[in-house]
Amino acid sequence: MDHPPRAASSRTELQMARSMCWHCQSEVAGEYFCERCVKVQPLSKEQDYFTCLGLPRLLTIDATGLENKFYEMSRSFHPDFYQTKTDTERTISLGNSALLNAAYRTLKDPIQRAEYLVRLEAGSVKEIRNQPPADLFEEILSLQDDLEEFRAASGQPSADLTALQAKLQSDCETLEQRQRDMESRLFELFETWDRLQRQTEPTEPVRAKKESVLKEMRELLSNRTYVRNIVNDLVATVG
Amino acid sequence: MTRIVGIDLGTTNSLIAYMDGKTPTVVPGRNGRTMVPSVVAMTDNGLIVGDAAKEHLVRNPERTIYSVKRFMGKGLADVQSEVPYFPYTLHEQGGVIRIRIGDKSYSPPQISAMILKELKQRAEGHLGESITKAVITVPAYFNDSQRQATKDAGMIAGLEVLRIINEPTAASLAYGLQERTQGTIAVYDLGGGTFDISILKLKNGIFEVLATNGDTHLGGDDLDRVIGDVFAKDIRDQYGIDINLHADDMQSLRLEAERAKIRLSDDLKTSVTLNLPDGKGQYRRELTRDQLEGLTLPLIERSLGPCRLALKDAGLTPADIDEVVLVGGSTRMPLVRQRVEALFGKTPHWNLNPDEVVALGAAVQADILSGGTTDMLLLDVTPLSLGIETMGGVVSSLIRRNTTIPTSAKEMFTTYVDGQTSVDIHILQGERELAKDNRSLARFQLKMPPLPAGVPRIEVTFLIDANGILNVSARDVRTGATQSVAVKPSYGLSDDEVERMIGESFKFAAEDFKARQLIEARNEAEAILQATNKALGQGGHLLTADDLTAIKSSLAALEGARLTEDHKAIRTRIQDVEKVTHHFAELLMDTSLKEALQNKSLSEMTEHSEKA
Repeated sequence: MDHPPRAASSRTELQMARSMCWHCQSEVAGEYFCERCVKVQPLSKEQDYFTCLGLPRLLTIDATGLENKFYEMSRSFHPDFYQTKTDTERTISLGNSALLNAAYRTLKDPIQRAEYLVRLEAGSVKEIRNQPPADLFEEILSLQDDLEEFRAASGQPSADLTALQAKLQSDCETLEQRQRDMESRLFELFETWDRLQRQTEPTEPVRAKKESVLKEMRELLSNRTYVRNIVNDLVATVG
Repeated sequence: MTRIVGIDLGTTNSLIAYMDGKTPTVVPGRNGRTMVPSVVAMTDNGLIVGDAAKEHLVRNPERTIYSVKRFMGKGLADVQSEVPYFPYTLHEQGGVIRIRIGDKSYSPPQISAMILKELKQRAEGHLGESITKAVITVPAYFNDSQRQATKDAGMIAGLEVLRIINEPTAASLAYGLQERTQGTIAVYDLGGGTFDISILKLKNGIFEVLATNGDTHLGGDDLDRVIGDVFAKDIRDQYGIDINLHADDMQSLRLEAERAKIRLSDDLKTSVTLNLPDGKGQYRRELTRDQLEGLTLPLIERSLGPCRLALKDAGLTPADIDEVVLVGGSTRMPLVRQRVEALFGKTPHWNLNPDEVVALGAAVQADILSGGTTDMLLLDVTPLSLGIETMGGVVSSLIRRNTTIPTSAKEMFTTYVDGQTSVDIHILQGERELAKDNRSLARFQLKMPPLPAGVPRIEVTFLIDANGILNVSARDVRTGATQSVAVKPSYGLSDDEVERMIGESFKFAAEDFKARQLIEARNEAEAILQATNKALGQGGHLLTADDLTAIKSSLAALEGARLTEDHKAIRTRIQDVEKVTHHFAELLMDTSLKEALQNKSLSEMTEHSEKA
């Protein structure tokens, strides 16, 4: 824990206008360092992760390119390189690094990337329903029952238990396949989204299509999370 | 820019290193050894640290503290199972373990500070300048409390701790610098008390940690214990003696177990000898490497679970690992090497000294912080998930384990009752669902404006800095006003306590200085006695009877003075011996060793002849 009286935990909140260098008040327009006094500039807290990493809002991302950009920006912002600088610069470096790390972590993983994009474009995807996907409702309900039964009976080996375990393992495989199917569909939608997003002058049908792609992705992401949680539960219980 | 040193504050041994130009270098002691045993003895003459303190383990077990790192950032309940193994008395105060020595109590950071001071003085002597800034290493799997305790230790020792850095990542820096390693590497670090596994990607000077895992209670100490337990059982069965009741013999047993383990890294069998308590004879047995491996296999297997978890978290399989690097003294055991090789499917290597590589890496990190090295950058992660307790004792996760640091998470808090003026927040670290199964880090109280329920909006930012240490700040979203957060650590010293301990450490310094002078004078006396006696053996026939008598009586006087507590008297006798042997040294030089040894003192000369 940091003890406030000892360390400077009451760091001055840095909420400076992005248009002016905090140090020499000259114009800055999104550069990381002021052109005049070369001081590091805070990344705007409102900046989204795509903008932070200098990327268009597309879902297909070249992993090596992203990693290189992350490394390059880490070299600009990491607190290790600000140890000898002023408190203000160190605070900016800390905030920028934390934002950069969050941006990279989110965009590096395709699922998190998609969740983030859907949230940016169309509100929260975190409202994951507590109901199983409609078409799997019956199947999952009976699976939950089996799982309860298995948990209750485990510890007393019997032929029934072995049979139940085999059934659960096969259900698990089915669900894993189901998860993979959802992911392939999701990645198809990545391409659709990117194609639509590249249209410079989106027409009304393009906008409508984007809406429906986002909606389907949100559905898929939410169902996938549900299925994955059950799979994890199954793997932990029956191996 | 003042120099920043790198310190490996280990369970068993500690080291201090610096950058000599572009080369990280460990500071050697007067005896040439780079490792300072992490042992502190509180003698009647004051404080002794390191090699000299190690001698007190057997002589003075209740007043000699070792393996204090195991207690850093812990409460008494955390270490209950190992309390019987330690000869000193532990108690708890304010959630922090205290070690009672006589009528005084010391916190683990205070003891660690004594070791840090010893290292600091060693570096100051070697470099001829004052040392005030340091990078200190900790096991990667250390939690927030353990890191903060290490930082406190630095402050008590009069060091500004610029960075707490993880041991396996420090090692990777040393490898990256000296071996130009690239690709994906696994650093397997089994030390005296802790185990870490870190998986890193090394690319163009960036050291990105992908995942880390470990066990902060698994190391050489634990291996020694299972071996020692066998000896203790033998002694009970064969002689009916419960060695646990004899603190000094327990220490001899522990040290003999450690030595046998070390010997069995080279030999296939070794013999163990221990003097039994109260002059009841000797215990002897043979220990084979097979037996050792049978005893220690379960412990070594325990390290493989974290390795698999780290691989899983990194999204990798063993085949994706390009190199496996071994760090820590315990990796000298052939069984460790075999098990690691079997898991990763490739031969691990230890091209750099596994005892020194962490300190060397800390020196590299120190150089990065001072602006000396700019082409290397370490991107480390937080080892444990961080969360807060919510309704029903469930943990709401804020920051996942293996998240690159620095990182921050924001959480909005409000009130449930009209006019409620505060909300209590409990911060935890760990991977479990329920608060009670995780490590409590700290609690704090958030002040709320007295408004209808649900109206106040206080945004709390949890920031894990580059040290892996949590910082908390709060802001009223409605007014924009920031609120200072007085965080009360669950297992840590309060600010006042740290302040007081810094004050005390200055007070002790005077006593310590006296003890140090005595030890140094005694060591010097011993060296000169040995050297002169050796020289007499080689060239005594060159002397006249009078000279011989004079030398012998000066040696006897020094021998006598050495046993007193008076360092000034010892110094005077040393000078006397030097005076009466001056002629003898010249004689020796003129005769047998003329050509090579111009202007050398007697002791240096015999050193040379030893090597020749």
